[in-house]
Amino acid sequence: MKMLIEGLRGLGRETQAILTRLGFIARFFVALIRRTPESFVRASLTLREIYFSGVLSLAIILVSGLFIGMVLALQGYDILSTYGAGDSLGVLVALSLLRELGPVVAALLFAGRAGSAITAEIGLMKATEQLDAMDMMAVDPISRVAAPRFWGGMISMPLLAAMFSAAAILGAYAIAVPLIGMDSGAFWGNMQAAVDVRVDILNSIVKSLVFGTLVLLIAVFEGYDAKPTAEGVSSATTKTVVYSSLAILAADFILTIFMFRGV
Amino acid sequence: MSEITSDIANLTDVSFGYDESRLILDGISMSFPRGKVIAIMGGSGCGKTTILRLLAGQVTPRLGEVDFNGRSVARLSKKELYAMRRQIGFLFQFGALFSDLSVFENVAFPIREHLNLPEEMIRDLVLMKLNAVGLRGAASLFTNELSGGMARRVALARAIALDPLLMLYDEPFTGLDPISLGVVGQLIRQLNDALGTTSVLVTHDVVESLKIVDYVYFIGKGCVLASGTPEEISHTTDPFVKQFIHGEPDGPVPLHMKAPELSADFFGGAHA
Ligand SMILES: Nc1ncnc2c1ncn2[C@@H]1O[C@H](COP(=O)(O)OP(=O)(O)O)[C@@H](O)[C@H]1O
Ligand SMILES: [Mg+2]
Repeated sequence: MKMLIEGLRGLGRETQAILTRLGFIARFFVALIRRTPESFVRASLTLREIYFSGVLSLAIILVSGLFIGMVLALQGYDILSTYGAGDSLGVLVALSLLRELGPVVAALLFAGRAGSAITAEIGLMKATEQLDAMDMMAVDPISRVAAPRFWGGMISMPLLAAMFSAAAILGAYAIAVPLIGMDSGAFWGNMQAAVDVRVDILNSIVKSLVFGTLVLLIAVFEGYDAKPTAEGVSSATTKTVVYSSLAILAADFILTIFMFRGV
Repeated sequence: MSEITSDIANLTDVSFGYDESRLILDGISMSFPRGKVIAIMGGSGCGKTTILRLLAGQVTPRLGEVDFNGRSVARLSKKELYAMRRQIGFLFQFGALFSDLSVFENVAFPIREHLNLPEEMIRDLVLMKLNAVGLRGAASLFTNELSGGMARRVALARAIALDPLLMLYDEPFTGLDPISLGVVGQLIRQLNDALGTTSVLVTHDVVESLKIVDYVYFIGKGCVLASGTPEEISHTTDPFVKQFIHGEPDGPVPLHMKAPELSADFFGGAHA
């Protein structure tokens, strides 16, 4: 009996801690959104972050996209051709990329490349009292440091996801047409006929915006919330990658239920 | 509405603790007269940095009043607080320079943020401030190329960029070699007199600070234990102050932490 009560108490404490933390994150998100106008008035700050999180992630996004597209073409053709549907390869590739792989894999890569860098950078600024110094100089660190990183990433994320899908489709084409010998007209033509702007492309953009929000909120918050020590910063960086990956996959499941049920 | 008083800042019966259970400061009162250099001394963890945070409005007192330039700091809105902080320069213990900016841009940072000046004017101002700390030649360096003493001086240049009314220094001498230490000490005094500001410095370094300050507060157990001019302090009979300024290992602050009798610990078996 006593053990049961103790167990329940522990559970309650855990739940309370998690809820409190979610509350903190929500308040942080509101603070971030309220600083939005400043990020765009001082566009140079946000542009700099687009360079750091977007442009510098481009290489890994394009290379990964190319490989995924090539693998997708090899596997997809192998299966489709046993049903005599080899001509539909373009459709399979385009739909699986636009609907799922593009936004999800790009966001996972983005979390590992840019999210972790944002957390480490902000955490280090906190550990070396740079954020305190800013606050003491009457400069709000949320609008000077956090908001531009958030919005720079938000602008980069859908563009990176689109580039990822484009690179993957080119990769698939490179395998399907020159290597396997598929007809180039069938590859592009069937793809064009099957892809719907609203269902596929718009939903793809919505997904990458949602994933971007999650990754960037987690990355910026973890940096801001890091313990101001070397261990604190490194554990915050790990948390960013783990939490944002889980958040991306969970959100993808929920979004997919709403977007593609019965379509 | 800020009336001119002889003190730039005051602490009146201030009590403060970071958590409910423990008071760091317990009804402490201090005054900081305009134009003076004032040192706050005391053991580690006695609340010296906390006093600076109170003065800059980073934390608010549980009881009592902190006022700056005739206004109560706790009653300021965020906007007013930021307006107040533009008049305060804060030198962090390790400089807290922005690692992604050059020396020049670090010093330019508060100027760019708060004043809308043409580029040539910013350049002149920054070089003037760097010149005041003797580092005009270092303007194009990055912060990771600076020695500890140089970083401290660049941070000092940044802190005085907006000509503050009050300069707060958190342990400006820690971790410096004897030469840099003397340089920083002299700079604090010179800048104070040249800019007509008031300086408050928190320090352990008795010898260096007694050379440059006008007044000293000794803090301990949440209160002012002793205070006076360096002259008065060096002739004090107060046992705590004597122990502190002469660096004696044992005295009112005991060398040994509270523990059972030695014999009991060694021969009495297990700890109770
Ligand atoms: N942010 C904080 N939260 C909780 N306790 C703190 C915090 N900052 C300082 N303290 C505690 O308050 C006491 C006084 O700290 P501080 O003013 O930094 O001392 P000093 O500068 O004199 O060494 C210390 O015991 C320290 O552990
Ligand atoms: Mg301190």
